Amino acid sequence: MAPPIARSARPPPRLPQRAGRPSRGGAGPWALREAAAGGRPPRRGRAGERGAGRRGAARRTMAAAAAAPGRARRGAPMYSKELTSKKRDEFEDILEERRLSSDLRYAMKCYTPVIYKGLSPCKPNAIKSAVLQSEQVQYVIKQLAKEMGESPDIIQEEAMEILDEMGHSMQLGAVRFFAFTLSKIFKQLFQRVCVNEEGMQRLQHAIQEHPVVLLPSHRSYVDFLMLSYLLYTYDLALPVIAAGIDFLGMKIVGELLRRAGAFFMRRSFGGNRLYWAVFAEYVKTMLRSGYAPIEFFLEGTRSRTAKTLTPKFGLLSIVMEPFFKREVFDTYLVPISISYERILEESLYAYELLGVPKPKESTSGLLKARRILSDNFGTIHIYVGQPVSLRTLASGRISRCPYNLVPRHLPQKPSEDIQEFVTDVAYKMELLQIENMVLSPWVLVAAVLLQNLPAMDFELLIEKTQWLKGLTQTFGGFVEWPDNLCAKKAVISGLTLHSNIARLVNGHVVLNDKGVEDGAVGEIVFKRALAILMCATYRNQLLNVFVRPSLVAVALQMTSSFRKEEVYSCFSFLRDVFSDEFIFFPGISLKDFEEGCFLLAKCDAIQTSQQEIYPTDKGSGIVSFLSAMFRPFVEGYQLIFRYLSKETKEAFTEKQFIPGVRNFVFQLLEKGNTQCYEALSSDMQKNALAALVQLGAAKKKKMSSGFTYNVNQEAVNKILDMFDARIPVQKPVAARL
Amino acid sequence: MFRHVSPELPGLAAAVAGCAPAHGHRPRLRRPFPEAEKTARGRATAPGGSGRGRLPGPPPGAAGSTAAAGRGGAGGAACRDGPYEGGPGRRLPLARPLTRRRSAAQHGSAMAAAAEEAAGGGGDSPSSALRRLRIISGHLRGSPRAPEREALSPSPCKAQGGSDGPASGSIPKKRQELLKWNGWGYNDSKFIFNKKGQAEFTGKRYRLGGMVLPTFKEWIEKTFGASLEHKTTSRASLNVNDVPPSIVNEEFLQDLKATKISYSQDAEDRVFRAHGHCLHEIFVLREGMFKRIPDLVVWPVCHEDVVKIVELACKHNLCIIPFGGGTSVSSALECPEEEKRTIVSLDTSQMNRILWIDEKNLTACVEAGIVGQDLEKQLAESGFCTGHEPDSMEFSSLGGWVATRASGMKKNIYGNIEDLVIHIKMVTPRGIVEKNCQVPRMSTGPDIHHFIMGSEGTLGVVTEVTIKIRPVPEYQKYGSVVFPNFERGVACLREVAKQRCAPASIRLVDNAQFQFGHALKPQVASIFTSFLDGLKKFYITKFKGFDPNVLCVATLLFEGDREKVLQHEKQVYDIATKFGGLAAGEDNGQRGYMLTFVIAYLRDLGLDYYVIGESFETSVPWDRVLDLCRNVKERIVRECKEKGVQFAPLSTCRVTQTYDAGACVYFYFAFNYRGISDPIHVYEQIERAAREEILANGGSLSHHHGVGKLRKRWMKESISDVGLGMLRSVKEYVDPNNIFGNKNLL
Repeated sequence: MAPPIARSARPPPRLPQRAGRPSRGGAGPWALREAAAGGRPPRRGRAGERGAGRRGAARRTMAAAAAAPGRARRGAPMYSKELTSKKRDEFEDILEERRLSSDLRYAMKCYTPVIYKGLSPCKPNAIKSAVLQSEQVQYVIKQLAKEMGESPDIIQEEAMEILDEMGHSMQLGAVRFFAFTLSKIFKQLFQRVCVNEEGMQRLQHAIQEHPVVLLPSHRSYVDFLMLSYLLYTYDLALPVIAAGIDFLGMKIVGELLRRAGAFFMRRSFGGNRLYWAVFAEYVKTMLRSGYAPIEFFLEGTRSRTAKTLTPKFGLLSIVMEPFFKREVFDTYLVPISISYERILEESLYAYELLGVPKPKESTSGLLKARRILSDNFGTIHIYVGQPVSLRTLASGRISRCPYNLVPRHLPQKPSEDIQEFVTDVAYKMELLQIENMVLSPWVLVAAVLLQNLPAMDFELLIEKTQWLKGLTQTFGGFVEWPDNLCAKKAVISGLTLHSNIARLVNGHVVLNDKGVEDGAVGEIVFKRALAILMCATYRNQLLNVFVRPSLVAVALQMTSSFRKEEVYSCFSFLRDVFSDEFIFFPGISLKDFEEGCFLLAKCDAIQTSQQEIYPTDKGSGIVSFLSAMFRPFVEGYQLIFRYLSKETKEAFTEKQFIPGVRNFVFQLLEKGNTQCYEALSSDMQKNALAALVQLGAAKKKKMSSGFTYNVNQEAVNKILDMFDARIPVQKPVAARL
Repeated sequence: MFRHVSPELPGLAAAVAGCAPAHGHRPRLRRPFPEAEKTARGRATAPGGSGRGRLPGPPPGAAGSTAAAGRGGAGGAACRDGPYEGGPGRRLPLARPLTRRRSAAQHGSAMAAAAEEAAGGGGDSPSSALRRLRIISGHLRGSPRAPEREALSPSPCKAQGGSDGPASGSIPKKRQELLKWNGWGYNDSKFIFNKKGQAEFTGKRYRLGGMVLPTFKEWIEKTFGASLEHKTTSRASLNVNDVPPSIVNEEFLQDLKATKISYSQDAEDRVFRAHGHCLHEIFVLREGMFKRIPDLVVWPVCHEDVVKIVELACKHNLCIIPFGGGTSVSSALECPEEEKRTIVSLDTSQMNRILWIDEKNLTACVEAGIVGQDLEKQLAESGFCTGHEPDSMEFSSLGGWVATRASGMKKNIYGNIEDLVIHIKMVTPRGIVEKNCQVPRMSTGPDIHHFIMGSEGTLGVVTEVTIKIRPVPEYQKYGSVVFPNFERGVACLREVAKQRCAPASIRLVDNAQFQFGHALKPQVASIFTSFLDGLKKFYITKFKGFDPNVLCVATLLFEGDREKVLQHEKQVYDIATKFGGLAAGEDNGQRGYMLTFVIAYLRDLGLDYYVIGESFETSVPWDRVLDLCRNVKERIVRECKEKGVQFAPLSTCRVTQTYDAGACVYFYFAFNYRGISDPIHVYEQIERAAREEILANGGSLSHHHGVGKLRKRWMKESISDVGLGMLRSVKEYVDPNNIFGNKNLL
């Protein structure tokens, strides 16, 4: 291992690993291969081991239901959360050194990054021409030429244009420019930028061994700037980053990003075969040659709600293909969790969710945004996870035949096996991101506060926050709460940082929705919604940690029965309904349920017997807190479903749906018929619609103008009835099979 | 008995050798006891049977991984000389069956009887008497041999142009007298470390024989972390008490005796036919014992004998395992442990005549037991060759080649076995299968030859094969090319294949193997040569900028008439130049091919120093060659590490054959197993992982080694369920009672 890591709280000025050479000493001929080999072995959670015997009977009766919602999957499920208290690496603040020494010298430092062992260095333009000349692209060009009756030269030119639009042109100069300016900006914006150094070391080894794909979470534009900055600091090869084409709309900045290693993809290119071929080949060429780590966001876009978005699979399947075709021995997937104490774009997001359009990326917009420089955005935590070996994940799961029987350069639709595997990997990586997301005390405050609107006693808030901290840790949440920091200080510092959201008034904490008292009703609702959505952004960071036990709690309340079977059916129904809202590994409903029960039992909220689940007296508080935490979703979905069951015409597009449902909810709020402000969130609205499609209660059709939806009113009513527990859940769930 | 193999027989280049009637003047080869006594004792088994004759010098040797083909199946060769020969089946080289019978008759009944006894028949005669008889008969047959041969000279074979030299097999019936009992190859040929601690290759059979290899020790220490101080030693000889007893039904024995076919129940004979040359088999020989071995060995001398044996096996419900050259590396010769019936090892080595040569059609009909070197030698006497040269050709047999779909080094000119074979005669439990004519091609439904080729002894015994022959080429020239890296080398081979101008043989070794070959360079005699070597090295590494740790070498062999060879040579070198290749001289090429035969001896040396290794092969489309080579090598390295191997393994490959659509790739892998409690298990896990990797990279299960029992698990994946069913149904029809029960393939 490279330089020993200082473990003290205040380490001496850290040496970024100079020249980044791996230490080869010690292990003799094996030394280099020592690196992070493979992901954590899939381990059965303790929920599975404990009381397996006791639950035997219940499991049998549940067997049918368990098999139901999940697709039949090959091999053992590859994701299993570790429920035992997980040991996590410690953080180091990388800004500290920046505050002590010259940024200019830092930007001009000798940068000799660690690179992939098999790499023969090449220029960005060499990659482009390799892509253009590749069999893969040439094949598609010839095909298109034949089909359209055009000369291949013309199409080749088109391909060249695509490449020019897309390709990065990484230059050290631009990198140094960013290193300098970002140092200045980051120091201004953030108090600390904390990184787990052990993760960086694992990454360093991984980069040398096999091609690496960096998979960070996406909450802010800062994400990819920060990550490149980080790799530069640690003398690692800078990643090439898949960025949305919209950045190119920004003068200068777009080109600057390009030179810093960004390459640009169009948001949708489903139909354009040439574009797809060129893009895929571009990414694969860089991956195969180990040119640089490839970075992209599984979530596809910044999550406006701070809740992890369901993954996109296109780019992931592209980067996995070279391994499937054995063009590389292995590929490392590195989940990276970037958590912000305060998100730069928080208010923008809230406006956007309420239907105020996102400002187009523009340089002038960026300049205007510079006023935020005077603001404080707290601490960023970056946790670089254990690199996961794709080879290890794939072992025993992928039938090799399909790739052996077709020349490898032909475009080939992935088999179902492969698609399923890609899906599983995507979810696994997101769940790994979630595991290592750092939760600040403010996140806990927000969660408590949202259940106690409009105002909450400060002392009570502190008490509840502390209580929630314990619960979060029990559920495996990664709470960053220094041991010596008392709860009061933690809450106050949170309130200070987020004074735009909440404040302390007369010993009570209230949401900062100024101007609510005066003004039109509509205005009041809007302002309130804004404050609640902003606050919810922070609570949301807890949800994926809490979702399994909470849905058990919700199911317990909904069924008003203690029979395990029924609770499970209800849980399974909720899990299906919310499958786009929260991140569930596909096809392991029963395991999720067991995990939820295990966690609830662990904090003494429930007791389980073979057939039944009872909330304990002591635990009723926990159960009701958990279900209250998810109530906005339960209620919000009901509202949206109600809208769809009554107010919609036959077919509609998403563009018609969103304003429609927004108005519907808005009116209810104005009349005071509901308190569910979160139903105004376009994110929730879209997810609810997607859930209906998945449940078979709506049909999505591709039209020339985009997607249109057809809702089956009867089916939606049935789902609504299930929410209201007017009809038992099992039947329709079973019927859906 | 006084077995003699002319010591100067130098492998390939050897002139006709074999069973000239000389006496064993080399004490090492002399056997203390005559055969019959041995058998008698062996059968008595029981206590006290241990004072057995020691085996002729069986020092731990080095077994090969190179042997390329002719594994398993039927085949083998033997000198017809010595005590085994007495029986009625006795015959002389190149005699047709008729002639042979006559000659047998000439021998007189007394001798026949004695020999029959000797051959393992009645073990009840006093051993001393037998010994005397044997010595007498040995003397008798020693000298009168020549006249006898002359008497036969007007045999039809000769009239047809067949060779008439002292055609006898190079491999004796008692294999252990010439070949290592627990390793690869000849007893007298092996790698040793001499008193000075320098490596040396013994014997005079190979060009490397008697030479000192000054850099080899360093290489082995550096590559494997092995040390000469840590040595393992094999058992010095077979412990007969460990050998499972021979269980044979009396009735069958009576019937067998009535056929006058030579047989043996001797423990050594049986053990030596219980295995091929897989690592685990050699390991068992050195340190353990097989759980199940043949109960009986039979030596048919002609097709009719085989028919009789198969009939008897059907009648008594026995299991037959055909045995040819014994060079299998697929566990094909191992006896299924659960086999309850008597296992008969059918050693084809005595069926080794060329029956006729047809110069008009350029074909020869040959008995299937002949081994490669004898076939070529004998054909050469008439000015012909088959050109089929698998790396194991010294020991592997024609029948074995057919049974495993063998491939020869020079297939680019002569073709693989399936291209060479014109007609096959095979004895099955259902009867004899053959075609009605000997034609170049026919459209009569699926080719039945393709049920036979690759059947690995599961359907019957191949007895006679008509094979294509060619005039011996006028001119042969070796060559070699250095490439800056493996990628360029593969690209060059691909281009050569594309232009269809591949020389008789073209091979590309990777850097590790190049270095390995370098380590086997003998001490240079003259200062001038060493100066030249230095100069060459300087030119390539300094002037041309090749990295000695990256560069790789292709070896070439051209054959044909002189002018064409030179022209062809130029064409190939021109292509090589385009890929950055530099001609590196004839000598390097020749050495490369010589090493092919010697390399197999290395494993035995390794085994003495805690290094175990093996080779395996595959075929793969051109576009996947590089990926496959890299990934398989990497997988081996990784698996070794995961399994706790202390030192990085040797993991290296070479491209050995080129085709229009792909190439054959050969891997060697070896590691130092010190500190591992169960090296064979670890080794097998790694080998399996490597095969998985090959399959995942689009490679085949096997190019020419065959499936045997070692690779059976992947057959379904390789040929689909239906494909497997097709093969099964053939097996079920041909051999419903599983007489050929070696359990290979299916």
